[in-house]
Amino acid sequence: MSSPALVRHSEDSMPAIAEAGPAPAVTPPATPPSFGTFALRWYRLNRAGLRAIAIGIISLLAFLLVWHLLTTYRVVFFVRFTNVPSPLAVYASFTKAIHDPKFLMHILLSCRRILMGFSLAAIVGVPLGLIMGRFKLVHEIIFPVAEVLRPIPAIAWVPMAIMLWPTNEQSIVFITFLGSFFPILVNTLHGMTLVDPVLVRAAQCLGARERSIFREVYFPASLPHIFTGLTVGMGVAWVSLIAAEMISGQYGIGYFTWEAYSLVQYADIALGMIAIGVLGLGSSLLIRGAGQLVMPWRSR
Amino acid sequence: MNEILTKAPQGHIEVRNFSLSYDSIEGPVQAVTDTQIHVKPGEFVSIVGPSGCGKSTLLNAVAGFLKPTTGVVTVDGEPVNGPSAERGMVFQQYSLFPWKTVRENVEFGLKMRGMPRSQRERAARTLLGLAGLEAFEKHYPDKLSGGMKQRVGIVRALATGPKVLLLDEPFGALDAQTRVIMQQILTNMWQRLKISVLFVTHDIDEAIFLSDRVYCMTARPGSIKAEIPIPLERPRQQAMMMSSEFLALRRGLMSLIREESLKAMGGEISDMGLQGLNIELHGHSLADVI
Repeated sequence: MSSPALVRHSEDSMPAIAEAGPAPAVTPPATPPSFGTFALRWYRLNRAGLRAIAIGIISLLAFLLVWHLLTTYRVVFFVRFTNVPSPLAVYASFTKAIHDPKFLMHILLSCRRILMGFSLAAIVGVPLGLIMGRFKLVHEIIFPVAEVLRPIPAIAWVPMAIMLWPTNEQSIVFITFLGSFFPILVNTLHGMTLVDPVLVRAAQCLGARERSIFREVYFPASLPHIFTGLTVGMGVAWVSLIAAEMISGQYGIGYFTWEAYSLVQYADIALGMIAIGVLGLGSSLLIRGAGQLVMPWRSR
Repeated sequence: MNEILTKAPQGHIEVRNFSLSYDSIEGPVQAVTDTQIHVKPGEFVSIVGPSGCGKSTLLNAVAGFLKPTTGVVTVDGEPVNGPSAERGMVFQQYSLFPWKTVRENVEFGLKMRGMPRSQRERAARTLLGLAGLEAFEKHYPDKLSGGMKQRVGIVRALATGPKVLLLDEPFGALDAQTRVIMQQILTNMWQRLKISVLFVTHDIDEAIFLSDRVYCMTARPGSIKAEIPIPLERPRQQAMMMSSEFLALRRGLMSLIREESLKAMGGEISDMGLQGLNIELHGHSLADVI
């Protein structure tokens, strides 16, 4: 009784489906996607990223606007904005500074100090961490000393550094070195302790000896942590450098900022600060980029 | 490649008077005691037993990672001291090098042997082709499924042409369907290479389906409780798992292991000081669980 009804029902609906069905299914491969559809798809796939960029720009603009309003109306509400330079004043001193060879020299000198101090820290810290992680005796000898020295902030080393090194330049590089050395060492060591022992075993039963295991397993396995150490180390290097330059420097962006305060050039204070921020951001982006180059297996 | 395929069968594993204990604060703990096993050249042998019975310990001793407290492990008459490329190993956790592509993983053993790059690349490609993985040679292991990872793991272990292949619950982390396929792949490779295999598993079906012989171990301290020849014809098909022969073997092994598992779990219960509880009820429910 019910079956004829069912059959008729499907017969009725069939043509409707057949008519509507193939039409949209055939068209897309027939014509190549137009620029419009391509752009639309690209937009759909990258929506989250675009959103983040848009919000980021808006938030930076809002920050500038608030800064502008606080300074033009010289707001005093617990903190005093009476002497704080406005964004426009900072921009004016920026356009002046980029034509001033002295300002560029300050920046170049700071970068050179970072490069030297940080590179030395990486050259010493990474191999030392690897060796400490592999050889117990080295670890037992060096670890206690490192643990005592590690909590001393690099700034506290300034007087000692001045005594130790014949020139100011060397002592500043030394302080930058110290600032980045410990994060690099500690993270490398941490990476070594987390190496999966099964991977070491796998290498051993494929015929790997001590040196190959070190090069092919321990080192690459520790790389993510080494790069964490380098990123943190770079941040601390800038902190230490600026402090050292403010105290004992004659040149450098930290010195520039401090000098601006002494010379009552308030716009230059903010300019120096922003320059430090941009340089710090740039150097950590460089490290992140290097990390992606060195560890292609980590990228999505 | 040809050298691997046409090599004369060898790889005679012998484990004699084997025991292994380690020190703890309460004194030495016996992990494995008084064990003899052997694998003839080209034979496929499995070890099954309740968890914690020391079957992996035994395998690790054959691999050379652990030194026996007493007794000897020999391969072709030579005592094992330390891991070597003569004994390839496949791990449950795949243990592929995440920083190497699939091909670089397979090449690793050949690289350690000092084979020139172009030669080992060719060898790795051939092997990956046999395993149906050539399309993935440039992929990093992260991007592969579990079954693919383990195929790479097996190919990597076989690349150096070892005499013996040791597998430590290699398919334990795979889903049931993938596991069946992997068993088939392993059988094919084994039959082609005529290599001796020592296979540790807790899956009884897997052990019977794959092996020429199965050793069943006792609960800790582990020793060999029984040695069961598997006279099933080869090549074996999936359908064989429904045959009365297979089921009889399965029943036998099952009851052996259940006995030991109960012993192991019963031991744990009294260890935890739960004597005050109704042990009979406990034992009953445990048996049901198993």
